[in-house]
Amino acid sequence: MTNSTRKATRRRVLAGMAAAGAAAVMDFVPTRFAIGQQAKIRLGLMLPYTGTYAALGKNIDDALRLAIHEKGGKLGGRDIEYITLDDESDPAKGSDNANKLVARDKVDFMIGTVHSGVVMAMVKVARDTNTMLVIPNGGVGAATGALCAPNIFRTSFSNWQPAYAMGKVAADAGHKRAVVISWDYAAGKESTDAFTEAFMKGGGKTEKGLFLPFPGVEFQPLLTEIAALKPDVVYAFFAGGGAVKFVKDYAAAGLKTAIPLVGPGFLTDGTLEAQGEAAQGLETTLHYADDLKFAKDKAFRAAFKKATGRDADVYAVQGYDTGTLLISGLGAVKGDVKARDALVSAMEKTVFDSPRGRFTLSNAHNPVQDFYLRKVQGTENRYVRIAVKALADPAIGCKMSA
Amino acid sequence: MSDSLAFFLIQVLNGVQEGLLLFLVASGLTLIFGIMGVINLAHGSFYMLGAYLVYAFTRLTGDLWTAILVAVPLAIVLGLALEALLFRPLYSRDHLYQVLLTYGLILVLEEIRSLLFGDDVHGVAVPALLDFSVPLKDALTYPAYRLFLSAFCLVVAGAMWWLIRYTRLGMAIRAGSTNREMVQSLGIDIAWVYRAVFALGVALAALAGMIAAPVASVFPGMGNDVLIVSFVVVVIGGIGSIKGAFLGSLLIGLADTFGQIYVPQLSGMTIYVLMAAVLLWRPAGLFGRAGAG
Repeated sequence: MTNSTRKATRRRVLAGMAAAGAAAVMDFVPTRFAIGQQAKIRLGLMLPYTGTYAALGKNIDDALRLAIHEKGGKLGGRDIEYITLDDESDPAKGSDNANKLVARDKVDFMIGTVHSGVVMAMVKVARDTNTMLVIPNGGVGAATGALCAPNIFRTSFSNWQPAYAMGKVAADAGHKRAVVISWDYAAGKESTDAFTEAFMKGGGKTEKGLFLPFPGVEFQPLLTEIAALKPDVVYAFFAGGGAVKFVKDYAAAGLKTAIPLVGPGFLTDGTLEAQGEAAQGLETTLHYADDLKFAKDKAFRAAFKKATGRDADVYAVQGYDTGTLLISGLGAVKGDVKARDALVSAMEKTVFDSPRGRFTLSNAHNPVQDFYLRKVQGTENRYVRIAVKALADPAIGCKMSA
Repeated sequence: MSDSLAFFLIQVLNGVQEGLLLFLVASGLTLIFGIMGVINLAHGSFYMLGAYLVYAFTRLTGDLWTAILVAVPLAIVLGLALEALLFRPLYSRDHLYQVLLTYGLILVLEEIRSLLFGDDVHGVAVPALLDFSVPLKDALTYPAYRLFLSAFCLVVAGAMWWLIRYTRLGMAIRAGSTNREMVQSLGIDIAWVYRAVFALGVALAALAGMIAAPVASVFPGMGNDVLIVSFVVVVIGGIGSIKGAFLGSLLIGLADTFGQIYVPQLSGMTIYVLMAAVLLWRPAGLFGRAGAG
């Protein structure tokens, strides 16, 4: 008994030493100019693979891999190892999950995520550990505002941007009294505030904000309240499953014909098949539309459809552009992730033709882009006109200058 | 009738309707918990399963009613199979084993859902017969399907009351929730009661998912929120009490509804504040027996 225990222990110690030795050797493998450049670039994809945002996460993931695959499947000449982690859109688990990617998986880049609350957790970890972070969706303002940092990039939008554009459109249309409605979380508050900011600037007034806990979908009481208030326009910030349900309930409550419903594009993006008749004619603002005339967009949509069997949407575009940004940045430093300053500077200066139009970044690392007014027709968000041209997030509190 | 009173009454209707639907899920949970002593974390997954089954069958048959008629027996069969294969060996074990098992079931069922249906959000069409709205105010109409939903839930609640009050099974259930050992020693086949209760619970949760599908849409993880709120209902109503689950569901529905309107900043908290208040007043829940369970 004692004997066998000791044997096992000895064996385990030996195995442990071998592993430690291997790890030590690995640490000394140089990444730049190494013969054959063995070490892979480790991309940590922290996205919602389940839950109300699952479809969004999947499109981001697929399009990111598509972009890299189209350019030979390598970054700066190095092979890639993808590490995926389901963030469950749960802010409470955000820090733990991000720390796992950094400490356990030793990723070179964190890519994520959709939910703004989880993005905040990732931003904190990225700042604490100085890990590169590219945000392919979550629009929380602070990520490229008060908490901006050289190692943090965003390829999507800030919550402020599409909301501000819609506030301007609503005021220009002559609406005076608005009700705003959203989930009770950072993204919802930022979005509705930015709408109100532009709406007031145009002479309107937001009369009431209605909020329900994320990701609740029992809207009936709030719709009743909207009917009681009878505003000129309703601005709604919902995405994914919540957006499907809200748009359908809004129509079923008889409000669609009485009070125009508007929102940022997430209200009708990737959801139109499920929303059906209820979404027809809705106007939203976003940095993407389904029938843009750019050649790059046509090529991308065809390639995405071929690779996945699904139609591309704005989330896929953001994932795709994340891939392109990585290709450009790591290409400039030939895959050397340790050359941090050169890498950051190359990423900052990256300009390319995105499916959404010209892609450039602000000093705070958030895209400066045109916002389109779109109108739902069938299962497409059709381009109407440019609502605001080259709109940059105000990046309040960002001390970084390029 | 003044405008504000009218809107108040419509909100009451909203709250009652939310509560009634919740009752279908929570009643199964409280039965399984109270009688079998099983903490069934997978209960929300059965709700989700019902919704997805109806989504699939509605696409095949084009009709919600047919889909429900096909899906309910399937849910009952699933309940019986799960009880026989997974739960029966664990009755004598500690609660922790059941928690592990049912938590595992959540993950397995989510994964099966993902493989079969993907991760997209789907809608189920409201049946043509009920696809209209009842005008209430000039800018507000009430979807007829929601009214039907409430009526349907009331019928189911009535049927359950009858089942528990007047049938042999109901007698065994009532006795079983009070004193399991005594029921057994009196010669009632408790294994049979367990089987029936579990299948009934699964079928009720699935049925709730089915009839809710047209208004709630069908999406990954839809069972999780329902599960948590259902546990709140069970705790408020008292474990094992159908009457308690009924009252608890209505209370939660109303608290949630009016919380969203009058204290939108705290809307996520109202039901939990209500639960805390009830527990301070009656630690075993409204109809729970102190010391039981």
